[in-house]
Amino acid sequence: MQDIFFYIFAFLTLLCGVMVVANPFSRNPVTSAMFLVLTIASMAGLFVLLHAFFLAAVQVLVYAGAVMVLFLFVIMLLDLKEEERRKLNTYGIAAAVIGVGSIAAILVKTLAESKVGEGLAMPVKQGQVKELGNILFTQYLLPFEILSVLLLVAMVGAILLSKKDLK
Amino acid sequence: MFDWINNLSPGMQTAVWATIKILGVLFLAVLPMVSYYVMAERRISAWIQDRVGPNRVGIPLTKIKLFGLGQPAADAVKAILKEDFMPAHVRKVYFWLAPMLTLIPAFMVLAVIPFGSTLGAQKMVIADLNVGILYTFGIVSLGVYGIVLAGYAANSKYPFLGGIRSSAQLVSYELAMGMSVVPVFMLVGDLNLSSIIGYQQGTLLGFLPNWLIFKLPFCFIIFLISAFAETNRLPFDLPESETELVAGYNTEYSSMKFAMFFMGEYTNMIAASAMMVTLFFGGWTLPFAGLDQPATTIMGGFLHIGIFIGKMLFFMVLFIWVRWMLPRFRYDQLMDLGWRRFVPFALANILFYAVYIWATTSGAAN
Repeated sequence: MQDIFFYIFAFLTLLCGVMVVANPFSRNPVTSAMFLVLTIASMAGLFVLLHAFFLAAVQVLVYAGAVMVLFLFVIMLLDLKEEERRKLNTYGIAAAVIGVGSIAAILVKTLAESKVGEGLAMPVKQGQVKELGNILFTQYLLPFEILSVLLLVAMVGAILLSKKDLK
Repeated sequence: MFDWINNLSPGMQTAVWATIKILGVLFLAVLPMVSYYVMAERRISAWIQDRVGPNRVGIPLTKIKLFGLGQPAADAVKAILKEDFMPAHVRKVYFWLAPMLTLIPAFMVLAVIPFGSTLGAQKMVIADLNVGILYTFGIVSLGVYGIVLAGYAANSKYPFLGGIRSSAQLVSYELAMGMSVVPVFMLVGDLNLSSIIGYQQGTLLGFLPNWLIFKLPFCFIIFLISAFAETNRLPFDLPESETELVAGYNTEYSSMKFAMFFMGEYTNMIAASAMMVTLFFGGWTLPFAGLDQPATTIMGGFLHIGIFIGKMLFFMVLFIWVRWMLPRFRYDQLMDLGWRRFVPFALANILFYAVYIWATTSGAAN
């Protein structure tokens, strides 16, 4: 049963991910964004199968519920007709091939060198929220705090960029 | 009657009970509630404005009027039979998708709400998730897609403006709403809605019920006002403000598709009322006559469900009452209220309760 769901969600994640960037039926940016929402939702499904309910809920809440809504918001304020008419250009294709190719190479090498299925922690069944909080505030305290500083920096940067005249 | 279920395997039993609960909640509670909620809205608004309201439709082909209680059936028949007109300029896929995306999240939220203690051996909640509140917020945040896509699909000016407004409004108020319940997590120490109700058993100072409203009043105020914004109700119904946007995002919709938006809005209000009752008003508990303990008899179980619905009705009527008493906010006022008043206020609130909990618990609590 779990395996069937895994294959369904994995297939959906990959399919929707491909449809975000290479949709043969429509070059509408809103459609791409909606497929990205579906990708995120299917990934949340994969998290649920791993018993990571907290991650699944946060994934939907933050990415599908907030980030993608803002994406849509911005996309809709752009000139969509021009986007739909845009042709593929050579530089774009070359950059995409190089980018995807190098990431794929890294991934293949990593997978080949990792011992798949060995040393995996058994999923914790209950109360993961508390355990997650404990780990975040003890073992991973420094990375956690650095990440929050990173977010602060991004926020200050966004405010700085949105100011028209800097005094 | 239910003997055959006990002979199934445990996995199948859970599945069968879940199905029964889903169908029961949907067809015995939510759908009748939605239809009579619309009716109540029309009658109460008429009452507030000194009109009569829909009081004619009773049993068909007779002269029995029943105070107009047949009106929801007449409305439903009208919505189904009316021509489903689709303007030529709409984007068809999204035009179909938008009403569904409004309705589905609204129903999905109800899955985690504990609407009663126990009935026989069954807990009266469809899915007792241990991340209950996060699930609710996650699903509620998906509700905005229905409105945004409706505005986009209509491919004309006013619905589009309505859609854009709603996306900004919902994202802003979700933030305040999410932060307003953080003190609830901190105090209870759990995200599961059943444990939050369990925490609210008993009394406070001997006479007050031990409900979180008395411990976290500011959280409740922020949550209540954000709930009005999240459900697009007056004074925050900017996405569909008639005076400036015709009917906002659903201007181009007719017939059953329009009715689905309507049902989505009222289901959202029911869900918001249920959340408020669960989080701040003790859920199915009452602090006397032992009603704060899970029921042991079938009658006690039904009584708890009745208490829960009774508390919900209070907030459902509040939604209607406020709609007809307060004027609409201007858009910049709405954004100002959300970002410059509620978000800092909610943050200060979290900090206050964090310090309070730190000061009142001994260091050895962990």
